[in-house]
Amino acid sequence: MPGVTHVQTTINGEEVNFLCEPRQSLLECLRDVVGMTGTKEGCNDGNCGACTVIFDGRIVDSCLVLGVEAQGKEMTTIEGLATPEGLHPLQQSFLEQAALQCGICTPGFIVAAKGLLDQEPDVDEARVRHWLAGNLCRCTGYDKIVRAVLDASQKMK
Amino acid sequence: MEWIDFATPKSVSEAVEMMASKGDRARAMAGGTDVLVQLRGGRRSADLVVDMKEIPELNELSYSAQNGLTLGAAVPCYRIYQDKAVIDNYPGLIDAASLIGGIQIQGRASIGGNLCNAAPSGDSIPPIIALSGVANITGPNGNRQVPVEDFCTGPGQNVLQNGEILVSLTIPAPQPHSGANYLRFIPRNEMDIAVAGVGTSVLLDASGQNFVSARISLASVAPTPVFSQAAGDSLAGKAVSDEAIQEASEKAMADAKPINDMRGTVRQRVHLVGVLTRRTLNNAIQRARGG
Repeated sequence: MPGVTHVQTTINGEEVNFLCEPRQSLLECLRDVVGMTGTKEGCNDGNCGACTVIFDGRIVDSCLVLGVEAQGKEMTTIEGLATPEGLHPLQQSFLEQAALQCGICTPGFIVAAKGLLDQEPDVDEARVRHWLAGNLCRCTGYDKIVRAVLDASQKMK
Repeated sequence: MEWIDFATPKSVSEAVEMMASKGDRARAMAGGTDVLVQLRGGRRSADLVVDMKEIPELNELSYSAQNGLTLGAAVPCYRIYQDKAVIDNYPGLIDAASLIGGIQIQGRASIGGNLCNAAPSGDSIPPIIALSGVANITGPNGNRQVPVEDFCTGPGQNVLQNGEILVSLTIPAPQPHSGANYLRFIPRNEMDIAVAGVGTSVLLDASGQNFVSARISLASVAPTPVFSQAAGDSLAGKAVSDEAIQEASEKAMADAKPINDMRGTVRQRVHLVGVLTRRTLNNAIQRARGG
């Protein structure tokens, strides 16, 4: 097809190849082309953080990255957190602390929190709240989410 | 989003050639946090998006006491606020780089892009004006330098001609007994657009008791970021005092020409310019004294 680009990238440690148009966001490519629907679309303009992925070592809103930019890059999505042995401590803590209701924002929060705990194992409430300011949740009121991240940080030590 | 072509040049000359070949139908992109939203929303349109992130000069972040700071136009905010030389020498720049958007945005958004986007509310622009930043531009006709206070020409408009790209910003090395600060007012704690913002820098004499010079710049109170030269100049040669700071804040308020909109009223914004000018001056003075 004319104008379609072949992208070779690494998602959750595995090489992935896909075809996309340059105008397609990484979020669209993940969900609609690659078929990985764990990453959610919220606002599609960088305000809500529902589409957060770890891209080249930094958390980003995948709606504000073009799919073609993934060429040769490495990324982690929500699908990359659990292992055959079980859930990631963040996922487990979100369940135990009831840190979700409708669940649309949850993958973004968990991936964003992983980006924090990977860099800074020792966090306090203020740091968690500041780090997660780019993630919006319209159900929980945030307290349970913050508690879950702090709980996971203890488990991961 | 309409169809776009996408290119990833590896050098400044290749980028200029690509940009020039499409004229006003080409858009430069660094972090994409503004331009992708604008293209998707139909507020801008382009045939070619040129990714600037693989060009070495646009990724440069280097400091020397002789040449000051060279800040490549595509360097994202997180690299700026994690850089030891910037932390040590330009706390006024850290103020802005660490409050633009959330952590996700700071992972991509660049200060060069913030400047090119030319929003009146761009948080990084007043501190760079206060720090006497210069924009290094390359185009089909060679290189030119533009003081950052002259770069923005209207909302979303700047001095770049077709084919020209912003390569980097140069910020002079801080002099002894100087300090800078940027503050903005938003109704939330994070993730909001400035109702008003003020960046200041001061140079004090060796005693720390007198102003040698000062520069003050304002956000969100005019069609472009405002360089309030009268406010800064009013401090030159004066003793540091509440009266001198008050007088400078009144001059800054006089240079604020805001509009009423959903984020604030004219009266509130002019008032905020006064408050933020006084606060940023006091913070800058404290930093200049080593505090």
